[in-house]
Amino acid sequence: MGEVSTAGSGVGARVRRKEDDRLLRGRGRFVGDIALVGMKELAFVRSPVAHATITGIEIPEEHRGAVFTWADLAAGGVKPIRAVSGLPGFKVSEQPALADGKVRFVGEPVAVCVAATRAEAEDIAASVFVDYAELPVNSDMLEAVTPGAPKVHDHWPDNVFLETNVGGNIAEIAATAPVKVSRTIRTARQCMVPLEGKGVVAHWDRHVEQLVLTTSTQMPHIVRAGLSECLDLDQGLIRVVAPDVGGGFGWKGLLQPEEIVAAWIAMRLDRPVRWTEDRREHLVAAANAREHHYEITAYADERGRLLGIEADAWVDAGAYSVYPFSACLEAAQVGSILPGPYDFAHYRCRTFSVCTNKPPIVPYRGVARTGVCFAMEQMIDAVADAVGREPWQVRLENLVPPEKMPFDNVTKKHFDSGDYPESVRRAVAAIELEGWRARQKSGEPDGRLIGVGFATYCEQSAHGTAVYHGWGIPMVPGHEQAQARITPDGGLELRVGVQSHGQSMETTFAQVAHEVLGIPLEKIKLVHGDTGLTPYSTGTWGSRSMVMAGGAVATACRTLAERLRKIGAHLMQAGPDGVVLEGGLVRAGPAAVTIREIAHTWYRAPQLLPADVDRGGLEVTAGYKPGSDHGTFSYATHAVALAVDPEIGQVEILDYLVVEDAGTMVNPMVVDGQIYGGVAQGVGTALYERMPYDAEGQPLASTFADYLVPGFTEVPHVRIIHMLTPSPYTEFGVKGIGEGGAIAPPAAICNAINDALKPLGVTVTNAPMTPEVILGAIAETRGAA
Amino acid sequence: MKAVDFDYAQPATLDAALELLSREDVMVRPVAGSQSLGPMLNLRLAQPELLVDITRIAELQAIRLDGDRLTIGACVTHARLEDGDYPDVTRGVLPSVAAVIAYRAVRNRGTIGGSLAHADPAADWVNVLTALGADVVIAGTGGRRTVPMTDFILGVFETALQPGEIVAEIHVPALSDRARWGYYKVCRKTGEFSHATGAVLIDPARGVQRCVAGATSGKPVVIDGPALFEGGCTEAAMAAHLAGSPAADDPIALKTHTVALKRAIAQVMS
Repeated sequence: MGEVSTAGSGVGARVRRKEDDRLLRGRGRFVGDIALVGMKELAFVRSPVAHATITGIEIPEEHRGAVFTWADLAAGGVKPIRAVSGLPGFKVSEQPALADGKVRFVGEPVAVCVAATRAEAEDIAASVFVDYAELPVNSDMLEAVTPGAPKVHDHWPDNVFLETNVGGNIAEIAATAPVKVSRTIRTARQCMVPLEGKGVVAHWDRHVEQLVLTTSTQMPHIVRAGLSECLDLDQGLIRVVAPDVGGGFGWKGLLQPEEIVAAWIAMRLDRPVRWTEDRREHLVAAANAREHHYEITAYADERGRLLGIEADAWVDAGAYSVYPFSACLEAAQVGSILPGPYDFAHYRCRTFSVCTNKPPIVPYRGVARTGVCFAMEQMIDAVADAVGREPWQVRLENLVPPEKMPFDNVTKKHFDSGDYPESVRRAVAAIELEGWRARQKSGEPDGRLIGVGFATYCEQSAHGTAVYHGWGIPMVPGHEQAQARITPDGGLELRVGVQSHGQSMETTFAQVAHEVLGIPLEKIKLVHGDTGLTPYSTGTWGSRSMVMAGGAVATACRTLAERLRKIGAHLMQAGPDGVVLEGGLVRAGPAAVTIREIAHTWYRAPQLLPADVDRGGLEVTAGYKPGSDHGTFSYATHAVALAVDPEIGQVEILDYLVVEDAGTMVNPMVVDGQIYGGVAQGVGTALYERMPYDAEGQPLASTFADYLVPGFTEVPHVRIIHMLTPSPYTEFGVKGIGEGGAIAPPAAICNAINDALKPLGVTVTNAPMTPEVILGAIAETRGAA
Repeated sequence: MKAVDFDYAQPATLDAALELLSREDVMVRPVAGSQSLGPMLNLRLAQPELLVDITRIAELQAIRLDGDRLTIGACVTHARLEDGDYPDVTRGVLPSVAAVIAYRAVRNRGTIGGSLAHADPAADWVNVLTALGADVVIAGTGGRRTVPMTDFILGVFETALQPGEIVAEIHVPALSDRARWGYYKVCRKTGEFSHATGAVLIDPARGVQRCVAGATSGKPVVIDGPALFEGGCTEAAMAAHLAGSPAADDPIALKTHTVALKRAIAQVMS
């Protein structure tokens, strides 16, 4: 483990982002900025119905040659997307890039149209007539699992991708526990809404004889693997490049049907083509996430000490299994992480990944953790209510204490380090709970109701090989690699297979390299997001990049440091002992040579090198895995104070606090940014975002007028308190932090709303907690009273 | 999400515009600030063959005082009404309401006439101008006619405009010195469409006691006269007045509209 500084520009320094000069001046290069000679634009004919057999596709005579269907792709050897979970009992879905005789959700691509401009391509799409014989629709996951429900995939016996059972030793506790509370809890379907939608440019590079796919993706190497499988093309014939990418959040962590189609059209027509997802396509056609339903029971003693948790959980996985994460990542996570950061002994969780006539569910920032935290943290508050204690006291009663770290929980999750209860204590103090309690007693002049809520979670990140293998995901990450190369002028090039689309890696990986080599940040160049230029990687997902690729960068740089030290010692005619690399110089007592001089020697004056010089030179590819295969566990307690207007059901957030522990922070400003952005999305999940479907499977929101996301005036000022418990298993003690901000807000806000509504005897359990939900719950309670 | 191919004209005079708008050989639509029509074009909900941009017509940009009323040209932007470079005869209604329409970017382009012609029930001017007792001057090739707001807005996206006609100007009566007004809307977030709007005007000198419940599922609900106020403006009395109206589609809608009206009235009473 290296020394960690907090000043300068190494690990721990709050340095400004290298990429901002480009991005903030609008000088980035996104898919939409690319102009290739002769490039055509694509528009898709998409299904207007949720479930139907296609009985005919009529293409006007004048547009023949500009419209392609699955028949064309299949004749060209294209295969459907298959994302097969390794878990036993999984039912395989086949997703053709264009519908093959049947559509299974509104927005599913049926045909593709090619024209000089997008508007003309849309004109052609409007002229294509598709004959749909409509079928009964599964629009709700709970109805889809009832006997006699229409089947999404005809050859399946039912509509369940996979059922899992975790744990089971619950019956005795259920019979004897002094306290038992049950809840029905639901999270809505959401869209991910990165600023930049999906986009792809495909062309065949005649010089290198490669298909080049420039795509807005988080994982170029996985997209290449998927394209290779679906196009039946050797991976060596495909290069996938991610240009600047305007946010991903999981939506760009997939192989998408449109990428396959664009690639095939580019090869078929032998000219560049582009598809740009518009916001309507984004909202209705695919970028869906989050929809969970829980029937959950907590068992506890009279102090609120948890004895066990029992749950059935349904995930609406949509019509197809997505590549590479499958239809079952959500449910696999639910089963294994529902116990949260708590220490209790008895647990049973059944999960159902349900297939419905909706777009495939996609892992969104936090993946299942947001729903799991929403469910579990409501149960903590429910137990507290049942035993008459403050919710924070019941959290302290149950959280894994620091003296038990590292700790294996009831589902064998290996928590690496931290002081979970301390995060609660600090949150209670910093939110000034007593002050809010006093204000609640005195009442508000405007009649609003004040509530305070807490939510605590721990977040497994940088998942290891065993974790992903255990979840059955058909993409198991192994060692992460990085390439480090000293340039002939003494600078440094880093090449990583992960991809930066807001994570600030151009800055933070340079900080890691600087920490080891002392080369100034401005002389360190990160090359990323290109299968042609970087080592293989599963990409940027699961809050893994700093732990994994950052660790690989450090490892590669350490090897370089040793080689630099040896050459430097030789140039100074010093023995190897006592020669050190520091501050970008190799020193032997008072003598020193610069890295630039050593680089010059290797590249330009090799006659001066020692005879036994390492033949690998000043270029290293190193692989890395943390000391534990379980990943890291960052954690946080979120606390929120808010006011509920019981007359109109609106919520105003008055204070929002995050007490979090990401281990060692490479750049605290970047960590803060991740938390701010995550909380903004969490506020959306809590209060605004819902993609509603009617009984026919029609999406009822197709623009931002219907699908509300929090804006500048709805996102609270977030106060952040950092705790710094290094992970014992990683370089510098870093932990993954990318998703945490989005995990706890729905739970904390829900608990605060219920705290506010307590005088009315009202409880809400479903997200988002819109005015309709809050007023509905108030009306229902009044009606029942 | 690209508009269909259409022709575009930008006439300099109202007569030239009305001439184009009266063409029957093409599907023609007027456009001013394009804040509602723009998205409708891109979503292909509107597919005109000819778009007539009326924002370069000088007389539609004018604001002038005509005796005891303010005449506002149809193409005056919300931003200009917000910024207030005109004799405000409404004791702050116009600039205050303009300032809470959507976002400034929308206000910079969106116009008062366009808002009325579009007739979204949630639009601020639809409800506020009803409360103020404004009149709408409609222009067509056959001449001009003036209709009161209560006859102009006929329903959701429905107005008294006939094919070929446009809103030319709006007449806003001057309020007396003792007039008081209140305005409250329930929005999910800043700049979003209102779910319930309450607009109230009390102007004893002119004998006006008017409450408007807007953002309903139909035209604005007007409660005119002293009845509501004499009854003490209780929530029950308001709900009774709104019962059976487009503000009472379901219990939660009725409740929200009642609260919006109650809070607007509270501003008048305070």
